[in-house]
Amino acid sequence: VTSALDGVRVVELASDHGAFAGRLLAGLGADVVLVEPPGGHRARRYEPFVDDDPGVERSLWWWHYQAGKRGVVLDLDSQGDADRLRELITAADVVLEGEAPGTLAARGLDWPDLHPSNERLIWASITAFGRDNPRTHEQFTDLTVLAGGGPVWMCGYDDHSIPPVRGGGNQGYQTACIWAVMSVLAALWWREETGRGQLLDLSMHAAANVTTESGSYEWLVARATVQRQTGRHASVHPTQVTRTLGTDGHEIHTGFPPRSSRDFETLLDWLDDVGARDEYEATFWLEMGIERGGVQMSEITNDVEATEIFFAAREALNLIASKMTAYEFFIGAQERRLACGIIYSPEEVLTDPHFVARGFPTKIEHEDLGRAFTYPGAPFHMPASPFVANRRAPHLGEHQADVLGPGQSADARPTGHETPVPPMPQ
Amino acid sequence: VSGALAGIRVCDFTGQLAGAGATRFLAAMGAQVIRVEDPVKQGRWDILRGTTPYVDDRRGIEFGGAFNNHNIEKLGVTINLRTDEGKQLLRELIAISDVVAENFAAGVLARLGFPYEEQRRIKPDIVYVSNSGFGHRGPYSAYRTWGPIVQAVCGLTFSSGVPDLPAAGWGYSYMDHHGGNFMAIAILAGLLHRRRTGEGQWIDMSCTDAGATLLGPLLLDATVNDRPLRRPGMPHSSHSQSPRMVPHNIYAARGDDEWIAIACRDDREWRALANVVDEPWARDPEYDTLDGRSAKEAVLDAALDQWCSVRDKFETQVLLQDAGVPAAAVQRPEERIEFDPATAAWGLWPMVHHREIGAVRVDGLPVHFSETDWSIAHGAPCLGQHNDFVFGELLGHDAEQIARWREDGVL
Repeated sequence: VTSALDGVRVVELASDHGAFAGRLLAGLGADVVLVEPPGGHRARRYEPFVDDDPGVERSLWWWHYQAGKRGVVLDLDSQGDADRLRELITAADVVLEGEAPGTLAARGLDWPDLHPSNERLIWASITAFGRDNPRTHEQFTDLTVLAGGGPVWMCGYDDHSIPPVRGGGNQGYQTACIWAVMSVLAALWWREETGRGQLLDLSMHAAANVTTESGSYEWLVARATVQRQTGRHASVHPTQVTRTLGTDGHEIHTGFPPRSSRDFETLLDWLDDVGARDEYEATFWLEMGIERGGVQMSEITNDVEATEIFFAAREALNLIASKMTAYEFFIGAQERRLACGIIYSPEEVLTDPHFVARGFPTKIEHEDLGRAFTYPGAPFHMPASPFVANRRAPHLGEHQADVLGPGQSADARPTGHETPVPPMPQ
Repeated sequence: VSGALAGIRVCDFTGQLAGAGATRFLAAMGAQVIRVEDPVKQGRWDILRGTTPYVDDRRGIEFGGAFNNHNIEKLGVTINLRTDEGKQLLRELIAISDVVAENFAAGVLARLGFPYEEQRRIKPDIVYVSNSGFGHRGPYSAYRTWGPIVQAVCGLTFSSGVPDLPAAGWGYSYMDHHGGNFMAIAILAGLLHRRRTGEGQWIDMSCTDAGATLLGPLLLDATVNDRPLRRPGMPHSSHSQSPRMVPHNIYAARGDDEWIAIACRDDREWRALANVVDEPWARDPEYDTLDGRSAKEAVLDAALDQWCSVRDKFETQVLLQDAGVPAAAVQRPEERIEFDPATAAWGLWPMVHHREIGAVRVDGLPVHFSETDWSIAHGAPCLGQHNDFVFGELLGHDAEQIARWREDGVL
């Protein structure tokens, strides 16, 4: 059994914002060679560290994003190493880089310099605004990408005196990385057809802009502006609260409003089951909903009766939730075919029985520490060509000889556990 | 025929955004995507068919703006799978397809008579990709989801918000986008594997699995260091813990509901920011180091918020960018679509023509290919718009037969 990209060699120039793309390509089976500067990429010093003990092989950021890759150290300011990179790229299938536009060109190591010697080369460049754009040279972080690109406007609270929020997890970077992987695969397909590679110019700003669902198309189609709401879709018109709490204080998402007569019957039965029918004051409306044969989403704003029925259904869910833990509610609702969800914290996902049964949590061995740790697993189940990212992130220069040939050892490694994150390169 | 994926044919049952987004990408890159819809329900399995937003006062299944956005460049056919002749037509379509893609609830396509085993009988090397909220295996496989439920259960909702307030979550179906995008990755990976080995397969995707790959490095702080994200004072998601950056937040700008994001990646960027601010508080020597700024993050944030609040967000953005400091106005849809030179220069909002709606702009793609760039010019198909082409030209049935099927309720 081989993976989909077995035999595909990717040369990745280490960057914060492109790392997730390399991780995904490694998962698909590509041999991803991560190129770092002497002393290591600055992300090796990012907190948190394993056991909170700093060290260049101990950053959990590094572990998370670089798993599945091999690593070499090259000093692109030295002619010898620049030549080694050139050779690596000449023999590669894909280059993945997130350098500031102009940086590689100044060293003669950019796409126009290298693709003439490898016409099958696919070169994916991930930058904030694209390689040639009026805003190309602006400084950025994940936060500014998401603020300028649309998502932040849509995330936050009903109370607009609270600032809008950046969602966690580096989604500005990761969104561009996912698009990069889609693009690389499409380019690989075309290369297999024609023998020719090409340049893929990815913009994080553009990726955020076209990953905002209704935020963009409400404006494009109807010139309407969505407004953020607590824990639910930003919307042109305010919508019902969808958040409630279980008895354990954990949050629940009560989903789309129940709307079929079967849903309403289910709610009345469930109220009976938990002994809350007497407390519930809107039985009348649910019964009317059953008589009407359900209600349509489109009726919610212009039909007073339908609106009352929707509210009654939501109140029933809230009352039921107040009688049990969030998990009991989630299972109880779903077993009754009501689409509700528990709001898990990230670590809770990895211990949930469903995710465990699917084999999603993945153990990765850190033989250097004599320990194994749990990582998130594959995004899909692909039996004939499995997604595999079960190798720990590379140590600094770990694969120098394997990749560059015998006698190529990494430059002197820094040993300082206390080494702070170095300044941004100028 | 042009485009990177020209020659690939997809038998497409996807809908909403979580599925339609996958085949949208393939279609924009040149694949022939044939959307199969149910004539009896007028394609309304996809709840976006016919729903808001609209360009004008016209209503009905052809006028939904979101549906048009997600289904550009696809062909549309109708097949009534309740009929034997409809089932036979689908067999014929699968036989000439490379991919079958669907995002029904788990098991629906099998109940319609087309489980993977049947697809494989029809087309031995078919790449079948199913995409549902919890996948086809596991105790929750029958559970139902929409984007917000996926995001809640996979951990994304929780990790967006302010400590001691409810989860802010994602103000849209973020995971519908990436459900579709990961599905596109699965389809293309399956095709590349088939090209090399001749082997098809059933790729089963669970949107909640896919979402849980996106939680970021702090997830390992829980699994490695036993430091759960659910804790008092849980991480503020507008701050940055990995890497640690201070300041790193969203600040009030002048005007109603106006905001600006500012981040300093190192001490030098802080000094540059302090020079622009040029007020006594910013010269506090304790702020010279990251540890110093971290220790007084709330105080620093309050002072910077005050400074920003009397300034226009775009003016602050320019002031700070000129000093080399990452800063970006929180843009409203109108600002980023109509006035942002970056999106205009990119060509990010292409105009398509839809047979009923007319001319309307849609999302473009955030990538440009130097040799085979995307093309987005045609709007979503109307119900059954390409029945004659697909059943006639591709499958070789004559016009009379197609007319008869139409009358008999097969199409």
